[in-house]
Amino acid sequence: MAQGVWTVAEQREGEIRKITYEVVSEGRRLADALGQSLTVVLLGNGIKDKAAALAQYGADKVLVAEDQRLETYTTDAYTAVVAQLVKAEEPAMLLMGASVQGKDLSSRVAARLDVAVAQDCTAFAVEDGNLVATRPIYAGKAYAQVTFEQSWPQMATARPNVMSVNEPDASRTAEVVDAQFQLDDGELKTKVVEAIKDASGKIDLTEADKIVSGGRGMKGPENYAILEELAQVIGASVGASRSAVDAGWRSHTDQVGQTGKVVSPNLYIACGISGAIQHLAGMGTSKVIVAINKDPDAPIFQKADYGVVGDLFDVVPALTEEIKKMI
Amino acid sequence: MNIIVCLKQVPDTETQIKIAADGKGIVTDDIKWVMNPYDEFGVEEALKLKEKFGGEVTVVGLGPKRVTESIRTALAMGADKGVLVVDDALQGSDSLGVAKALAAAIKDMPHDLIFAGQRAVDEDLGVVGAFLAEFLGIPHVALAVKVEVAEDGKSAKVHRPVEGQTLVVETPFPALITTQKGLNEPRYASLPGIMKAKKKPLAEKSLADLGLDPAGFGESARKLKIVKLTPPPERKAGKIVEGETPAEKAAALAKLLRDEAKVI
Ligand SMILES: Cc1cc2nc3c(=O)[nH]c(=O)nc-3n(C[C@H](O)[C@H](O)[C@H](O)COP(=O)(O)OP(=O)(O)OC[C@H]3O[C@@H](n4cnc5c(N)ncnc54)[C@H](O)[C@@H]3O)c2cc1C
Repeated sequence: MAQGVWTVAEQREGEIRKITYEVVSEGRRLADALGQSLTVVLLGNGIKDKAAALAQYGADKVLVAEDQRLETYTTDAYTAVVAQLVKAEEPAMLLMGASVQGKDLSSRVAARLDVAVAQDCTAFAVEDGNLVATRPIYAGKAYAQVTFEQSWPQMATARPNVMSVNEPDASRTAEVVDAQFQLDDGELKTKVVEAIKDASGKIDLTEADKIVSGGRGMKGPENYAILEELAQVIGASVGASRSAVDAGWRSHTDQVGQTGKVVSPNLYIACGISGAIQHLAGMGTSKVIVAINKDPDAPIFQKADYGVVGDLFDVVPALTEEIKKMI
Repeated sequence: MNIIVCLKQVPDTETQIKIAADGKGIVTDDIKWVMNPYDEFGVEEALKLKEKFGGEVTVVGLGPKRVTESIRTALAMGADKGVLVVDDALQGSDSLGVAKALAAAIKDMPHDLIFAGQRAVDEDLGVVGAFLAEFLGIPHVALAVKVEVAEDGKSAKVHRPVEGQTLVVETPFPALITTQKGLNEPRYASLPGIMKAKKKPLAEKSLADLGLDPAGFGESARKLKIVKLTPPPERKAGKIVEGETPAEKAAALAKLLRDEAKVI
């Protein structure tokens, strides 16, 4: 009988990523609801010392898979290991973050185990011992509650920044176990040949706590300097609408929306963005939305918690100054 | 080089969604259907590679008969032939079912490279590409923004942004690559292209043609079950921040963000 909740930790260069703590915290809540234990699978190389941190957020057990070939994520290697561990121990639920890595890994593992996976969920619950996941579909125009049929483990990924993180409890400890697995070099077909870091060093939009975004109303690439300045002051990342990206003002990795990134920051400030349905699709789950737009009828005001009708070239710098005074 | 592009038909992104009476699907009566925007990037990339390396581009769609229109669009853009996997028994299949049927259709077609959209903008699941690669037993590289195929046409270096960095992943062929915005600018179908597309081969395959048992597909075989659909949570009407001058408005907003929203 399948038993226990599992989550897969995500690390980069040996550091645990924030999404991991979100998923471990959520995993703890589900494990408590089921009256079962929470195991976190940690893959990497020389990574075992990170197990203690995972315990503080709620892990009962940390299953550590160490190998040089697991140091950097590759789909082949991680899928092979995670699928083996799941087959051997048959957890009831398997959760990951809906990060680029988590979505990649969960899909491939699901196919290998021939089970379903609910991607990019914004809420989880347990009903009759089963996982019920809520996920936005049709670009957030509807929400689907999904569950599983003849599909173990019940697999899902959590949208970054949506699930609340437990207060770490320094007194909690976990059983740390070396995972038993086999990794066959013949299976490892892809290779990461280069990792090019973003020059800006800013936090990726999907993980950012605050985002200042600019659209066609910015009028040109040079004007993003005023958004960068506001972002700097409040600790935000800068995003853009498709119009701004298509005009060549910003990189396509900055695009928020249906064909860009789906973001869930605590604060989203939309400057000179009309609020087209495809843009709303990407930022509709932000906690607080602010719109700065000179057109009082712009659709973005229908979704914004706070709207400022005005010229962004006056309002944004003034806002930056005000906040500087406050903090 | 033989390239396969997987194609899904989805509601146009402007479509207002109406939840059906049973609460488990949407009303599809007045929907305008289009090629999934992410799949357009796959078609474009395949055509570019064909221009460089020669070979053939085959578009494989799955779904009801109307999907033919989207396949014709891809043929009009320049793809060589189309295959539609169509069977009443496929109706209501989940992603596992779809990927299994696609795998059966594709496994006997020569393929060096397969493109699929990183996700479809209807169910937004983003799993079919990886599922299909797994069922075909080939590597996949997700979320490509650049595909550099080696001179010998036997491998590629694929650029894929992950949070905060771009990884360059080398993969041997055959491989499956999922596409996203930034990879290219999909071309429009030209008028001569549209005329030519009408004469290009477009085959239909049923589950039986693919040697598959219909019992493994459709609503009853779903492993991901939809309990219900609901409208998105309403965002309550917001506040318009008042003030005589931009500076006053900015000051009022800053206060609200600090004292009321507590985000600063
Ligand atoms: C298949 C498809 C996918 C798409 N995907 C995306 C996507 O992922 N992301 C996305 O954003 N869009 C997407 N779009 C495009 C979308 O439909 C809109 O065209 C786009 O979001 C508009 O961008 P915008 O709001 O910056 O520009 P506009 O709609 O042109 O709005 C500019 C706004 O700026 C305001 N403004 C101008 N000057 C000032 C000023 N000085 N001060 C204050 N306000 C000012 C104007 O009042 C206006 O409201 C997609 C469209 C399609 C068809």
